[in-house]
Amino acid sequence: MGAQLRVYKRRIRSVTATKKITKAMEMIAASRVVKAQRKVAASTPYAQELTRAVTAVGTGSNTKHPLTTETENPTRAAVLLLTSDRGLAGAFNSNAIKAAEQLTARLEREGRQVDTYIVGRRGVAHYNFRERAIAQSWSGFTDEPTYADAKKVAAPLIEAIEKDTAEGGVDELHIVFTEFVSMMTQTALDARLLPLRLEEVAEEAKPQGEILPLFDFEPSAEDVLDALLPRYVESRIYNALLQSAASKHAATRRAMKSATDNAGELINTLSRLANAARQAEITQEISEIVGGASALADATAGSDR
Amino acid sequence: MAAELHVELVAADRQVWSGEATLVVARTTSGDIGVMPGHQPLLGVLESGPVTIRTSDGGTVVAAVHGGFVSFADNKLSLLAEIAELSDEIDVQRTERELEQAKAEGDAAAERRADVRLRAATAR
Repeated sequence: MGAQLRVYKRRIRSVTATKKITKAMEMIAASRVVKAQRKVAASTPYAQELTRAVTAVGTGSNTKHPLTTETENPTRAAVLLLTSDRGLAGAFNSNAIKAAEQLTARLEREGRQVDTYIVGRRGVAHYNFRERAIAQSWSGFTDEPTYADAKKVAAPLIEAIEKDTAEGGVDELHIVFTEFVSMMTQTALDARLLPLRLEEVAEEAKPQGEILPLFDFEPSAEDVLDALLPRYVESRIYNALLQSAASKHAATRRAMKSATDNAGELINTLSRLANAARQAEITQEISEIVGGASALADATAGSDR
Repeated sequence: MAAELHVELVAADRQVWSGEATLVVARTTSGDIGVMPGHQPLLGVLESGPVTIRTSDGGTVVAAVHGGFVSFADNKLSLLAEIAELSDEIDVQRTERELEQAKAEGDAAAERRADVRLRAATAR
């Protein structure tokens, strides 16, 4: 076998191996998307009931709470950025990070100091590399977040918003995550989580204009709101974590699918080249044999005389 | 037919139980509360404790609930819990081990959680 042909064969083998790996990763990601979607669906009843309850307290009483009161001129804001622990997901992480950076720039233009909280190793690495300050970060659960993880993330954020701004607290909490629209579309978006706009929550809870009854609060409206709002924030963060996980798996699936397709194409091109090389080799061998034979014939014809 | 109310017991990550019931007893921060059909609209904070649901076919469902809310309106009762387990989902032996461990470590919250689980499991 000629040297050129051997090189082609070797490359085909290595690309085939890579293709098998990306194909496997694609299928794993596909099954994980389905699982993650199911988790999003399973968490919906809780989120819905919670939203209803928040609306009930918000509209049924005039209670003031630090989580719902707007500050006159906010000076500090917290941004929670949800990324993934692992890459190989196309533009998933860079889109989320870009959205967070745009939001940060906007908030800073409006004269707010921004504290960044990050979930996921990718986001942390991005910020560390650029030597930007991170208030707090979490990682290790982005593939399959549980409610306990959401609680862990929410706790310091709620604490920060309840503290006075002068003592290092924040006035606003924004969240940047990747919304799972469909298998093919995931969009990075930012939303203001706190202070809560009760009217918006109310609109979300009863689009058909249903009238909520007058509730009896046990023990009191203040206490209920006190207990309810942190749970609401936790549930929103949980939902964002789940959507982000589903989006990440969908992005991985897509990235791995195009990697597999590209590998297949490369294998095709390489086999054509290898075929051409083999054919050239054969042609050369034949012409060598023919040339050799005719040279021999010429020589014997000459010695006959 | 006796009056019924619709119950939804949901945990943060799943729906635990839903169905018709005639009486639901839950523990709020200001004491046990029993809800029967036609109760006044109510919104309360739950403590960790067992929730007893008397179903309309005469059975009883017991669940261990840790933190959350109870809301009742229009004959619909929602029990929202961060963690909720039905009594037959609870592994008694494991919970006993957890209880002992919590006692040994002096972790009051964990001890209480395990205790509630055990009580719910034995009330079956």
